[in-house]
Parts: sequence; structure tokens; C-alpha cells
Amino acid sequence: MAKYKNHILVCGGTGCRASQSEAIAANLQKAVDENNLGNDVQVVKTGCFGFCEKGPVIKMVPDNTFYVHVAPEDAEELVLEHLVKGRKVERLLYIDPETKAPVSDSRHMDFYKKQLRIALRNCGFIDPENIDEYIARDGYSALGTVLEKMSPEEAIKVVKDSGLRGRGGGGFPTGLKWELTYKSESDQKYVVCNADEGDPGAFMDRSILEGDPHSVLEAMAICGYCIGADTGLIYIRAEYPLAIKRLKIAIDQAREYGLLGKDIFGSGFDFDVSIRYGAGAFVCGEETALIHSMEGMRGEPTVKPPFPAQSGYKGKPTNVNNVETFANIPAIFLKGAEWFNKIGTEKSAGTKVFALAGKVNNVGLIEVPMGTTLREVIFDIGGGIKGGKKFKAVQTGGPSGGCLTENHLDLPIDYDTLLASGSMMGSGGMIVMDEDDCMVSVAKFYLDFTVEESCGKCTPCRVGNKRLYELLDKITLGKAEEGDLTLLRNLANVIKDTALCGLGQTSPNPVLSTMDNFPEEYEAHVKDGKCPAGQCRALMQYVIDQNLCVGCTLCSRVCPVDAISGEKKMPHFIDSSVCIKCGACMEKCKFGAISVQ
Amino acid sequence: MNLVKLTIDNKPVVVEQGTTILEAAKSIGIKIPSLCYMKMDDMNFENKPGGCRVCVVEVEGRRNLAPACKTECLEGMVVKTHTVRVINARRTVMELILSDHPAECLTCAKSGECELQDLAQNLGIREIHYTGEQSHYKGDRSPAIIREMDKCIMCRRCETACNEVQTVGVLSAVNRGFESVVAPAFEMDLDHSVCTYCGQCVAVCPTGALTERDYTWKVIEALVDPNKTVVVQTAPAVRAALGESFGMEPGTLVTGKMVAALRKLGFDYVFDTDFAADLTIMEEGTEFLDRLTRHLNGDKSVKLPILTSCCPGWVKFFEHQFPEMIDIPSTAKSPQQMFGAIAKSYFAKKLDKKREDLVVVSVMPCLAKKYECTREEFSVNGDADVNVSVTTRELAQLIRNANIDFASLTDEEFDQPLGESTGAGVIFGTTGGVIEAAVRSAYELHTGKHLEKVEFNELRGMEGSRKATVDFDGMKLNIGIAHGLGNARKLLEDVKSGKSDFHAIEIMACPGGCIGGGGQPYHHGNVDILKKRQRAIYEEDAGKPIRKSHENPFIQELYKEFLGKPLSDLSHELLHTHYFDRKKKVEIEE
Amino acid sequence: MAKVKIPDNKVQELKDICKSFNNDPGELINVLHQAQQLFGYLPAEVQEIVADEMNVSVAHVYGVVTFYSFFSMLPKGKHPISICMGTACYVRGAEKVLDEFKRRLDVKVGETTPDGKFSLSCLRCVGACGLAPVVTIGERVYGRVSPDDVKKILDEY
Repeated sequence: MAKYKNHILVCGGTGCRASQSEAIAANLQKAVDENNLGNDVQVVKTGCFGFCEKGPVIKMVPDNTFYVHVAPEDAEELVLEHLVKGRKVERLLYIDPETKAPVSDSRHMDFYKKQLRIALRNCGFIDPENIDEYIARDGYSALGTVLEKMSPEEAIKVVKDSGLRGRGGGGFPTGLKWELTYKSESDQKYVVCNADEGDPGAFMDRSILEGDPHSVLEAMAICGYCIGADTGLIYIRAEYPLAIKRLKIAIDQAREYGLLGKDIFGSGFDFDVSIRYGAGAFVCGEETALIHSMEGMRGEPTVKPPFPAQSGYKGKPTNVNNVETFANIPAIFLKGAEWFNKIGTEKSAGTKVFALAGKVNNVGLIEVPMGTTLREVIFDIGGGIKGGKKFKAVQTGGPSGGCLTENHLDLPIDYDTLLASGSMMGSGGMIVMDEDDCMVSVAKFYLDFTVEESCGKCTPCRVGNKRLYELLDKITLGKAEEGDLTLLRNLANVIKDTALCGLGQTSPNPVLSTMDNFPEEYEAHVKDGKCPAGQCRALMQYVIDQNLCVGCTLCSRVCPVDAISGEKKMPHFIDSSVCIKCGACMEKCKFGAISVQ
Repeated sequence: MNLVKLTIDNKPVVVEQGTTILEAAKSIGIKIPSLCYMKMDDMNFENKPGGCRVCVVEVEGRRNLAPACKTECLEGMVVKTHTVRVINARRTVMELILSDHPAECLTCAKSGECELQDLAQNLGIREIHYTGEQSHYKGDRSPAIIREMDKCIMCRRCETACNEVQTVGVLSAVNRGFESVVAPAFEMDLDHSVCTYCGQCVAVCPTGALTERDYTWKVIEALVDPNKTVVVQTAPAVRAALGESFGMEPGTLVTGKMVAALRKLGFDYVFDTDFAADLTIMEEGTEFLDRLTRHLNGDKSVKLPILTSCCPGWVKFFEHQFPEMIDIPSTAKSPQQMFGAIAKSYFAKKLDKKREDLVVVSVMPCLAKKYECTREEFSVNGDADVNVSVTTRELAQLIRNANIDFASLTDEEFDQPLGESTGAGVIFGTTGGVIEAAVRSAYELHTGKHLEKVEFNELRGMEGSRKATVDFDGMKLNIGIAHGLGNARKLLEDVKSGKSDFHAIEIMACPGGCIGGGGQPYHHGNVDILKKRQRAIYEEDAGKPIRKSHENPFIQELYKEFLGKPLSDLSHELLHTHYFDRKKKVEIEE
Repeated sequence: MAKVKIPDNKVQELKDICKSFNNDPGELINVLHQAQQLFGYLPAEVQEIVADEMNVSVAHVYGVVTFYSFFSMLPKGKHPISICMGTACYVRGAEKVLDEFKRRLDVKVGETTPDGKFSLSCLRCVGACGLAPVVTIGERVYGRVSPDDVKKILDEY
């Protein structure tokens, strides 16, 4: 990077690309060339900056000026003003929502202040398609150190001492997993990177692969050395074309540099990586299902034990870690286990990446030390609730997690606290909900997902989750009877207790946690026929205010089911037994006489 | 061998390492209910996907319940099989299964034999608390097998049977989640697939999802038709299993009672497929000796080994899977079809009747036989040589329909001339039997010497794939035997690649041979039942006065009066067939 | 199922794909991905050829194809519309947007309009949660879509 005086970093994450960041980069390059700055300024398309809410975003280095909501037509002005004339383009600066003052340096933005980036250390800083930039930031030196100076046992000890736990959801100690695979005797072993991120509302792994693919490759090679594997496989969703493209480039470049392949660093250690594609099955995030999928079969999980560490891909010992877990590894070797272990909480060391989304002001990709509270994440980093509405719940862990409430906001985020509160870390989706969100509907949304993604192998998941969904549906339609809540809870508990794999065992969590934390909301649906959040259409009543209605008949004419009656120039009535709650009447009423109750 | 000690329901038990909780519990008399689980040693059948979750138990220190069928015992384990938590979970899971299952027990073909029904009864399910959408699939009625997948509970046993045991590969789980079901490719009907109709899927299905095509009514219609002479033939394996349908011990021979029952049902002639089995030996054995002699004389156009061709499932299997080898199997028809051809020619002539006036019914342990009857080459001007084929189970149904108290029947004898058989014909019903019968005759015909000991123990057994060398007075004959199509495939691959040194190979599609056929009373995974049936077959053989096919006086008479000699022109016309390349016959439905 | 005649040169291309993976059954999913790229979807005839080449049963191939939502046995519309149903999009009203597409196109999810112009599907999280709710049509991404925008978006095609 040193060759140039200035760099313009353009966020190339999927969100920003969707808002034309490619065109922005092209226009910037054009403006740079036109102003004859080609020798001094380099335009770099990086991975995700994280601040998706404000996308497309670009950053000027070295002065760290952060421009938000940039459009392609802004390019010329940016180059001319910022680089040629040395003036900041005020209108594109980030405005602090409290002080209403522009903040130009990203390090001073609330969104970034409380973050600590380890797994994301290179995302948004380097060109992910250029291995030199990774190497310039100490890339592959961890691998070099391990290969030259450490025995596999010593290296595994570093990982164990760091306290790193699997970032894919379960939180199994990574070092221990490596050790188990190391101890399994076999002529052939495998390292697998689980990049089948399928949580709805999660894009951590994708961002890492898009922004810093080499850190994963380097970590896989280290893992291969530790456990005694010469083959690495990355199982990635086919729906991630950009991540796949960058991974392929990274693999090619690493091979070219001799960082993958035979006799790496002259150590005699061979390691190479190939890519396997997922094809749209959430359950393949479960490691046994993932392995079956890589073997060309239906991604159905099998009962553990045997664990992949004993018998995995092609029946050989296999170590499966997810992308974020791997992304931490090089940093641990560079800075030491002790450094890493000191970050976070006692039992959950390090940081965690979250995809913060939903009804929060600052949607984006964040990384915080374990132990940060939910309040800090949602209100400080996330900037609070959108539209000044009231915070209601935060969902962590995706379809396997649960909804936490106001009471949980000051809990430190770590594996064990979240689990004890009825949710789980999951892979890192964090969805914020406000007063307009109906918790029964949220549970139903997740169950709908699980029902669709269930592999169908075991009864509790195949039939049980379907019935769970149907019960929830009944409740949101106002058709539930009193005993249904007891049935719902029993079924949820039995599924949790009997399902075959992690997907099924955790699928009732959204139901149980909302039942525990919002019992009154369930009861309102069942006993009073009301949806307190006003989201369940079937429980809504459209009413005409007799005082405001002038009898213009417009509503009765638009009603598709003739539910509205009344004489001309006289107040009208809605027959709620006929009304289908389409809302057409309310839209048409010019007098604001129609409301929802 | 490492032993582990654990307690189940407070009872201590010591088992070998690797034993599952289910097996360990069984060893101390604790029967943990299970549903999808099925394991048959010797048959290469093991189905334990751990999917139904009925067998869950509590293991101390474990967060969730453990499937007993898949969880290995560990030292010091404390297992509880009937706590409130377990019973509630088990019942809830069962209710879930039932909530997606049609409540058609009263009219279901499987009623009384249904493992799901039994389990619901055992668990005392009286109400299904969870209701909702039920799965609906289109029905599939092939000539042999009926699929009613609304009744499928996704135990995957059929898939295991079809793919792992039989390697036919017709069935797979398709779709996923609530929509998942086991089906042929593109969810087409079986008759568009490479299905062999071996019926092993039916044999292991715990519910009424897979059953045989029921032809009992056709039999009843024929029996009441005054213009028809109805002739019945019974396959050897039927007599070794029919008693089970009437509560008798497995392995009870009921030949005499069966004959009596058939007569009571109103069949005009009660004959024996065993007779046709003896005839098969004459034709197939002669064909073998002919090929062998020519081979030994250096005729390069002769192919060895010869493969038996009695089993229609096996025939369809090689037509689909090894079409390039259709010139290797014997051209001899199966005993069922030989019987039909002889009944409608030789016997019809004896009765002075036209072939159309005869209805030939066969009672078979087999579903593929139903299909075999429908093959065009086995009919003349649209009149099938065998008109109706029913299974052992269907015969039991007919007997019950006719209010016959089977157990109290007095033994009766088959009619003549097509009812006389030798011990060699009887053993066709078990794996190894056809080749043993062939060896008994071929030895004497080839060497001209008397065979002192007719039992060839080296050819007997239950191993899936066996080989033996038989001494033909100095000439060593290598014989291969396979039962189960997966085992057959392996032998065939060897033949194909030229690695095989066999002179003759016997193949039966079903594990155990016909005694384990898809039309037999359900064994529910109990291999002992098959072994007992096998013993019964050998017992029947041992009790026969004549035990070599070529010594059957009525066979000798048939040749003298009608056929001339084995492989004569008339024999070729009536008793031999040809095979088809069916590789490309699988067509996608419009 | 409508019969599809595959031109000989495409059959050869398909066989070449299988061969490039050494006809290894373990590579079935990779093969199917490439086959779908070649044909746009995976009709029965394609699956039969793949099964034959890779020496697995057609039922197995079909079982795999129907397991993964990425594989389709129906040809997609000229402009495939996907509505993101990730949680972020859901809480920001994706369902209403989907309903509007369904209403305007008069198709269900997974279907193609009779003229073959549009097909409608849902997908889980595009990773553009900042733009929720998100709709993609072909390569094009539409962010912050409201039901009112649907007509305008469709009119572009």
C-alpha cells in the first residue's frame, strides 16, 4: 500500500455493491485519472466496512475521512474537493444523530467507538483480491511462525490457551476440537471451513470471506498442520457469488506464492484448499449434514457420536470450524494466546461479530469484545431504535435463538449468559424489534423458516415443528383455544428434548423464549383475541367513527367483500364478520373516519 | 473384547463395547419401543437412521434424551427408560407421527400386522392432541406393489432394502421437511422405474404404505365361474410359512393342511409348483451340462458360468442392470411359468379342454411373480399362462374369508399328475436349493453314477454370498450362490470383469431365498423366522421318498408322453424364454 | 412432466462436466451446480444423464436435487424475482412486498408467469440488511422496497 500517498477505500460489501459501489469506484478512478493523480492515489475496492446503514460508504486514507450515502455522480466532486483542494465534502459526511454535527473520522463515530476488530481486522482496509495487501498487514506470518517454530502440540496449546470457542453457534472450545482431531489416528484427515451461513439476517461469514479471504486460508493451513491434514475444504453457499469469486482469487494467489501447495515455507508441510458448494439448505450448517452434503448426498444430519473428529468427511477424522473462528486464528498466533484470552469474559474470550439489523438506526456488521452489553450494542453502536419507537426485544441466534427483552439489556454478551437467558449466541445474527413487532408473529416467522429448512429425517422436527407452526398460526389468526398454550409449550419442550440434530433441538427456542418473556402477549391473542402490537391482521378490527363519517360511500364501493353498509350521507358500518381486513377502505377514506382497533 | 458396565432402570448390566442401549436393555428383558429401527444379522440389513425418536431414553448427565437404537453404552452410564419425561416425550412423538397418518386402520391392508398400530396400542395412545395438515401423495399401483405414501412414516427401511441390500436404487428420500417422502425418481410410478418387484420394501415396511397388489378377488371370481377349470400351484416356500398366518410356530410345515384348504376353497386341481421345479432341473440342468460339455470341449462360443433364472426379481434386475450379459442366464423359464405352460398345454389336453377354459392360479411367496405373469412372452393370444398370482399372505386371507379353521384341517395330498414332486423340487424355496437340486441330477446324468449322499451341505447356509466346489467324479465344479440382489451384483461384477471362475451361479433376489420373499407372512425383522423356514424346507426334502428331480415318475411320464426330451423343440417352445435389454426402458412420464 | 429433448452437443457438454469431476459421486452437488448453469434448470433428462455418468441411481440424484432449494426442475422466468425473507427484511415489511408481487403477477412463490417473463422466489438473506427490504431481479438489487414501488419496478421490464 505504501507506494501511493493516498488511498480511497470503497466498500465492496454486498450491501454497498447493491447500491452501486462498483460504479462509484469506477467513477472515482476516472476522476483520479482525469486529474492526473494516478501516481499518488489508489482506488481500492475493499470488503465490508460494516456500516451498511449508511452505504455506500467510502473512506479516504490516511486522514480517515468517512463519506456516507455516496452516489456515483459524487465521485468527481470528492476527488476534486478532497484530494485536489484538500477540503472535506461536508454534505457527504456522517452526521452525529445527537450533536447533529458532522463527524469525519470514523474512529470518532459511536458506531465504531466501542468496536474491537479482530476477525474483521482487515475488512474494509485491504483489497481482498490482492494477496500483497494481506501480506503487508502481517498476513501468512502466523503460518510461517507455526511451521518454522512450533510442533503441532505446541500450536494446539496456543489455540487452547487463547480460550477461543467456536463462533458458529455452539461455542465448543476450538483448541479442544483440534486436539481431538489431532489425536484421531488416520492416514488422511481433513480441515473443513463451514461457510454455509444460513441464518436469515446474518452475513458475518460472508463479509469476512469477501473482505479478508486470506485470513481464513491461512488459519486452515495452520489447522491442517496442527491436526495432520493436507487437504482443506471450504463449504460455501452458492448464493454468495462474490465471496466465492474472492476466495478463488485468494486460493490462486496463495498457491502462486507457495503459501498453499507442496512444501510450504520449505517446511515439508503440504496443504491445499478446494471449494465445495452448498445448494440452499440451512441444515447443512450442522457439521454432519455439511459433511454428507460434501459427499454428494442429501444434507441429512446423523446422530453424534461419532463426531467428525473421529469419523467425518469420507469417514476420515475431520475438523470443522466456521469462518469467523478461523479468522481469529492468525491474530491469536501473531499477538499471543494471552492477549486474546484477556479480551472478553472469563469463559468467552475474544470478540464476536454480529450482523446488527432490524429496527435499529445503524444497521451493519459489528465486532465487539465478549461481555459488551446488549444495551451498548443496540443503543451506542446501533444508535437506538429507528423512528424513536420503543425497544421491545432483540433476537439473537437466528432460528436457534430467542428473543430477549428490556430486562436483559444489561447482560454481558457471552455464550453462557445468552444460553442461560433462553437464547444463544448462534452465528451472530442480531435483530432488534420495536413495539410494532408482535412476538407471536416473530416466533411464527422463525418456525416458518425451520419448517421449510427441516431435512425431514426425524419426527420431532419434520412433524413437530410443522405442528408448532400451525399452533402459532392458529394463535395469530385468533382461532386458538385455551389449552393450546399448554400444548404449545409441551410440544416445544419435547422437540427440544428429542430432535436429532442441533437444528431441531434449538428450533423451539424462539417459541419458548417469547412465551417466557412475553406471556401476556400470547394470552392477549388467545384469551382476548387481541394482538397488542397490532400486527396480526386477523385480530384487527376496522371501525368507522360515526362522528367523522359523512356517508360519502367511497369505502363501501372499494370494499371487495361488501362488508360496509350504510345509507348515503349517513354514517356507515363495517360488518367485522365479513371484513377481510384488506385496509382498502381506510386508504380511501378522506375524512380519517376509519381506524384499526 | 472390552466390556462396559452400566445400569438401565436400576438394573446393572455388562455388555460388550459398541453395544447400543437398545440391545443392552433387551438383554436384560427391557423392551424399549422402537419403530424405524430394524436390524437383521446375516441379511446385511441394518436400518437405524435414528429418525423416529420413539426409542428415546434418559441418560444421566445428558442434556437431551438419547435415541436408544443409536446410542452406544458407556462405562458407568445410568439409563432410565420410563420416566415421566421419557414417557411424555415418547407419546408426544407418537402422536406427531399419527397426526400425519391417515386413521384408516379398519380398512388398511396392514391392519393387524402394522407396527405403528401395535406401538400406538402399546403406548396407550387414545387421543391425538396435535392435528394439522396431513401429507398427501398420489397413489401408485404397479402390477405387484402398491404405494400409498400417505401412510409413510419416513422410517427409511424401504430405502435401505432397495439401495443397500438390493442395490436396485429405485427409492430415495425426496424433498425435505414435512414434504419429504420416499419415492422413485421424479416421483413417478414404480412401473416406470427399474424396480424388480422383489418386494423387500414391502417386507420391511412397518405400515400400510407399501403393500402387495391384492388379487384375491380375482381368484374368488374364477372359483365361482362354472365355465372355468381352476388349477392352483403352490410354491415350495409357501408351505414353510403359511402356518405363521394362523398363529403357528415359524418353521411349521403345513403342506397337507394347505392342500386341504385349497381344496375347500374350491380349486378343481391342487397342484404343486415343486413339480415344475423338478421340470426346471431337467431343462436347466441339461442346458448346463450341454454348455459345460461344449465348454470343456473347447467351444469358445459357449459362455459360462450359467446363471439360474427361476427368480423373476433377479431376471428383471439383470435386464436393467446388466443388459450386456443377458445371454448368460439359463433360458429356462421359472417354475411358475413352466407350470403354467404345461398346465395350459399338456394338462388341458388331458382334460380335453381349451387353454382358455383353464384358470391357473399360483400361490407364491413373492411379489415379482405377479409381475412375471404379466410379461407378454408368457401368454398366448392374450391368455396368460398363469392368470393370477397371489402371495402366501393373500392365501391366508382367502382361507380366512372361507371361514376355514386352518389349524384343525386334516392333511391331504396334492392331485396328480402335476402335484408330484421330489425333495429336489422342495428345496427351490431356499437359497442354495436350486443349485443343490441341479447338482443332484446333473451329477448322475453327467457321471452316470449313483449319488449316495444327496445333501450338499457346502451349498447350504444363510451367508449372503457363498462359494463351493463340488466334485463331479474327478471334475471340480465351482459353484457360486448369492441371495439378495446386492450380493448378486457383486458376483455379476466379477463375472463381467472376467474375474469369476464359477461354472454355475444360483441367484435369488430375496434374502434367504423364497422363504424370505416379499409375499411371505411378515417377519418384522426377526431373522430366526427365516432360519426356521429354511429348516422346514430341508425337513420336507429329507422326508421325501424321491429326492432327485429326474427320478420324479410324473416328470418322466411328461417327457415320454409329451415333451420328448429336455431341450427338445417342444421344450424350447414351452419351457424356455428369452430376455430383454431394459437399460433404456425407463421412460419419463408425460 | 413435459419431455425435454436435449441437443446432442449439450449432452456431450454435460458428460464433459461429469468427467471434469472424475465422475465421482461425491462431486454430485458440484456437477449439478454446473449442469444448472448450463441448462438454467435441471430437467429429468439432465438428471438421468448425470446419474448414468456418475454411476448412481436416478432416484439418488432426484433425492439430492429436491433436497436443495438452489436446484430447480422448472425453468426460471426471463427475469427471476427474488424477495429476501431474511429476518431484517421481514421485520421491515418484506412480506407485504412479497404479497404485492404475488398479486400483481398472479403467481405463487416458485412459479413463473405464463408468458415466461417473471418467476418469483424467496431467498434467505442477501446480506444487504442495510437496504431492507431487498428485492433482486436478475443481477439487479432493489433496496428499501415498499409495496407501492412494486408496480414501478415491474414496469421497468
